[in-house]
Amino acid sequence: MAVLIVIIALVLLAAVIAVIGAPLLRPRAAPPAHDAERQELEAEREAKYREIRDAELDFRTGKLSRQDHAAIDAALRSEALDILNRLQRCGSEDSKPEEATGERSTPRDA
Amino acid sequence: MAVLGRICLLLALVVCAYGVFASLYGVRRGRPEFSHSGRRAVYALAGILTVAMAVLEVAFLGNDFSFDTVAKTSSRTTPVLYRAAAVWSSQEGSLLLWAWLLSLWSSLALFLLRRRMREVASYATAVLLGFGGFFVALMIFYATPFSTTKPAPAEGAGLDPLLRFPTMMIHPPMLYSGYTLCTIPFAFAVGALLARRLDAEWIRATRRFAFAAWLFLGVGILLGARWSYAELGWGGYWGWDAVENASLMPWLTGTAFLHSLMIQEKRGMLKVWNVSLVLATGTLAIMGTFLVRSGILNSIHAFGGATLGVPFLVLISILIAGSVYLVTSRAGMLRSEHRLDSLVSREAAFLANNIVLVGLCFVIFWGTYFPLISEALTGTEASVGPPWFDRYTVPLALVLVLLSGIGPVISWRRATPANARRSFALPLAAALLALAVLLATAGTRKPFAIAMFACAAFALAAVAQEFVRGVRARRALAAEPVPLALLALVRRNRRRYGGYVVHAGIAVLFIGVAASSSFQHVVETGLSPGQSARVGAYDVRYVRPTTTISPANDAAHTGSTLSLGAVLDVSRGGRHVATLLPSQGYYSSPEAGLGSVTAQLGGQAVSHVSMNAGITRDVWSAIAPDLSAPSLQRIIAVGNRTLPPQDAAVAIGYLARAYLANPPPAQFRLIVSPLVMWIWIGGLIAFGGGLIALWPSPSALRRRARAAARTRVAQGLARA
Repeated sequence: MAVLIVIIALVLLAAVIAVIGAPLLRPRAAPPAHDAERQELEAEREAKYREIRDAELDFRTGKLSRQDHAAIDAALRSEALDILNRLQRCGSEDSKPEEATGERSTPRDA
Repeated sequence: MAVLGRICLLLALVVCAYGVFASLYGVRRGRPEFSHSGRRAVYALAGILTVAMAVLEVAFLGNDFSFDTVAKTSSRTTPVLYRAAAVWSSQEGSLLLWAWLLSLWSSLALFLLRRRMREVASYATAVLLGFGGFFVALMIFYATPFSTTKPAPAEGAGLDPLLRFPTMMIHPPMLYSGYTLCTIPFAFAVGALLARRLDAEWIRATRRFAFAAWLFLGVGILLGARWSYAELGWGGYWGWDAVENASLMPWLTGTAFLHSLMIQEKRGMLKVWNVSLVLATGTLAIMGTFLVRSGILNSIHAFGGATLGVPFLVLISILIAGSVYLVTSRAGMLRSEHRLDSLVSREAAFLANNIVLVGLCFVIFWGTYFPLISEALTGTEASVGPPWFDRYTVPLALVLVLLSGIGPVISWRRATPANARRSFALPLAAALLALAVLLATAGTRKPFAIAMFACAAFALAAVAQEFVRGVRARRALAAEPVPLALLALVRRNRRRYGGYVVHAGIAVLFIGVAASSSFQHVVETGLSPGQSARVGAYDVRYVRPTTTISPANDAAHTGSTLSLGAVLDVSRGGRHVATLLPSQGYYSSPEAGLGSVTAQLGGQAVSHVSMNAGITRDVWSAIAPDLSAPSLQRIIAVGNRTLPPQDAAVAIGYLARAYLANPPPAQFRLIVSPLVMWIWIGGLIAFGGGLIALWPSPSALRRRARAAARTRVAQGLARA
């Protein structure tokens, strides 16, 4: 039993060293400096898209009048454009406002 | 094998220390390979603690009483499933469970977020490994699960009979999962503060874990309530016990955070509030763990003779001081980007809900820690009981349920009076109708209960209205059949509609709480066979006594040596309703020097509740047989004098026969509670809604939704 325990402990130790030590043996290049900023902007963009969809759903379910929705939607889109512009400056792949996605121009949010 | 367990703990401590260093070094010096290595230290910790957990499980299942913790909390007569769960019934084993779950959840979080927020994640890794190291150090220096005694005792003391209940097997893992998941948003909040990246990204990244913490903590709390109701002999599900409260507090602040994070995500507002809520939730989770283990407050749930107060106090002091410093030093970066557009908006409703939830948490905190506060101020320990808690929590709960109906029907940013009128008309009508019906039938005897039913009707109608309107909107776009439209609506808006389902579940749960606590009938009486008692509209007749002997035959499957019970016939208006079989189990005692029969029966006597549960009411019963009757005591005394331990069963069998032949009067507790079932149903609905909200959207759907929103933005660009 004692030998078995020693073997298990050694295997465990070797596995731990291998798991923890592997990244130190093959260092990676540091991510670009603007990486964090791009991630922040992408998060903002997703949140803004969600807000646009939520406003649309609020309108369709009768919680917003057409007038209010139009005003809110315009403000949100302008904020989203600003984010997309900033993203473009960061060089994000997914930042072009309109792509040839073939999507319908009317969102089906509900 | 205990040596292997100890090696695992030492290795785990070294890994935690290294991981903290590597993560901090990596992020401070811009060396991503060290940050990467630090993250892998969390995975390694999970692997090591899995081995340690396996060692302890094997010891419990194999009845290895050389392990002190196995000898203290298990025995050969403990049923095998309960033996497997007995690992976390002791202080030491539950510390290991805590650390193990922390390492597993942390590994999952860091793996899923490995390509995001590298700087924040490195700090978070250090914090999570700091927590891991703390718990591992406790197991090495204060309460090790791998301490042994040689020679090993032949038999263990057995698992506390009160814990031999199916939900108690999963209650601690659920609760601890909730607590440990609370530390993940906490760690990322600390990381965001240290890295000065205080936008919504850290919230977005950890939202799912905050939701999972809320879900697990909630399920754990509900399972604990169910255990209290169905196992403890008092018939209640919530007693405002210190340890119960300790689990409720982080759940309340976590609930507040899940609402207010949406405001930060959408509007860039409430940044100080959100980060404070997350830090408070993480700290309260650690405080909850501290309460169970410090021995500073009396609770039936706490580990007796606990000695971990000082290390936990040090940790909590560091958490509070560190949190305050970080928030105040980053106050300039935590300014809101927008202001509240209108008081009639969803943001305002969420803000009100946050104030109520934090108010509730404060009341519970004050009541829970009042014994300590009063002792510090006056030198005398005074405590507050359920009536004190009820006085403050009931009105706040009423407002909370009302707000859970207001939130869904009001729009973001601002609602016009015309839209608000349209949205509120149906829920208000439902509430007023419920109020009128209840006042006409029940009068004004229980105003809070009636107000709660009206508020719940408002919330349920509001949620139903939202689903109907959503389905209509969906059908207007896609012309789908109603079930398909409903499914598509929920799939495309999981967070929103999952949240609505949670609100409905909470409203249903509060209906059950209000009804069962306000309209309950309780009778405590002594009965002999043939006698009856009246409880509410029900007659309960004690038909005959019952007994089982030997752990293998225990009808409740808890391994009791002797079980004495009763057959109760429940009828209403002369019609048979149910047969109940409450019993009390007697368990062996590990105490030395007892007679052979007393050693088999002298342990804890535990009531096994029997109830007839229904959707309109539960009829609940518990029995306390009188084992002190002279005729029974004579048999025990003779057995003690004349029988060796291996033959004690003979006297127990004789005792059982004597009890059946000439049963002394037994004490019964009989309860009729209306709508208790709806507490559990409401909980299931709420957690089902939580799962819907938590479930990730299919990536195709996400892509389509993103493309649709992008198209809308592009239209704006074209017009500009």
